[in-house]
Amino acid sequence: MADVHLPMTLTPLFPGLPRKLEVDAPTVVGVIDELDARFPGLRDRLLELGRPTIRQHIHVYVDRERAGLDTPLETRSRVDVIAAISGG
Amino acid sequence: MASRTVVLIGTRKGCFVLESDGQRRDWNLRGPYCEAWPVFHAVMDASSGAIYAAAASDWHGSAIWKSTDLGETWTHSSEGLAYEDGRRLSKVSNLAANHGRVLVGVEAPGIFESTDGGESWSLKTTLAGQPGSEVWDDPANQPPGHLGLSALIGDPESKDHWWAIVQGIGLYETNDDGATWTPRNRGLRADWPREHEEVGFCVHKVVHAADRQRMYQQNHVGMHRSDDAGLTWTEITEGLPTEFGFAAAAHPHDRDTFHVIPLDPGHGRTMPDGKACVWRTEDAGSTWRRADAGLPQSGAFVGVLREGMAADTYDVPGYYFGTSTGQVFASNDDGGSWTEIASYLPPISSVEVAVLD
Repeated sequence: MADVHLPMTLTPLFPGLPRKLEVDAPTVVGVIDELDARFPGLRDRLLELGRPTIRQHIHVYVDRERAGLDTPLETRSRVDVIAAISGG
Repeated sequence: MASRTVVLIGTRKGCFVLESDGQRRDWNLRGPYCEAWPVFHAVMDASSGAIYAAAASDWHGSAIWKSTDLGETWTHSSEGLAYEDGRRLSKVSNLAANHGRVLVGVEAPGIFESTDGGESWSLKTTLAGQPGSEVWDDPANQPPGHLGLSALIGDPESKDHWWAIVQGIGLYETNDDGATWTPRNRGLRADWPREHEEVGFCVHKVVHAADRQRMYQQNHVGMHRSDDAGLTWTEITEGLPTEFGFAAAAHPHDRDTFHVIPLDPGHGRTMPDGKACVWRTEDAGSTWRRADAGLPQSGAFVGVLREGMAADTYDVPGYYFGTSTGQVFASNDDGGSWTEIASYLPPISSVEVAVLD
């Protein structure tokens, strides 16, 4: 189970979505797919529409290292999804 | 039953709703909605009363937001809102809700349709093969903010008949619900080289007059009028302080009366001389006069964008415009005078109005 931490900009878009939750998945994209299954549409808010690419201003870290969609997760990995600096 | 007047304001920090009665004197402001995402255009579907807002978050991308209770609660969706040919959908920019469906114009240029009330979307057309499409289909010409699908103009009499504007290219008409298109730019002026006879015009805004045979157009280099539903255009700029502007609104009952907001065409793109002004013609553009009673006449370096002005449908019509610095001005006496009905909103992208019975 990975500990997943989500940005505060994401949770208001999906009723019931917490800032922190546990997800059982082998990779970062697996986490996103699992979250999308629980909260339909969430994938589109983190990835480019119709593309397997993390959005420009969304950063993902696994155990404090910058990660990509295919980054593998260890047992009890921490996954941080960050809404990076963007505008004012 | 008393009328309700609902003005939808799209801003860089969310959607707002201004509401009044039929007198349009006292206004109640609500918002921001859509989690304060940048909202480029918000419209009401007259048949269902639903509000749709085209929004694009820097973090979370583009989506169409929907409210069925005048803004109190919202849902959002971008299901299906993607190209499958590798082109990037960077922004949703313009909405039209009519004939039981919702259309959204996007950047890179294309039009998506929803027939299930905004829950899902499918690509309707990219106007592929039209003269000029080789320009907008080139990824090198698609940075955000360029060459989007900037307007969708419906026909209340026909689901199959409507128009679309491709930014920097021109106006197109379809008579078969988007299956085929014809450029409608004959007679327009362009002060730059063009590769095609029929396109290459920077059309900012097109509105119909009351009879719908007449159309008015503000473009990058002049005001134009068509008396044959867009087949040909005649320039009517003479008498205006500049040839450049975005916002425009026609009188809902008098085909000869029309309003436009000329702007400094350079970098400023604000109203000339810091004097806020709507310009009005009552003879289809033969002559123009200032309609500025109540508007600030010094130090008002404000701009208005292409969807930033609207007219209601009362017998004595009201007009509304929102500025790049967050003010909303309204006239409830057919342009005779103006009142500032909101003062400190975020920069305004769009203003639309609906009258509810």
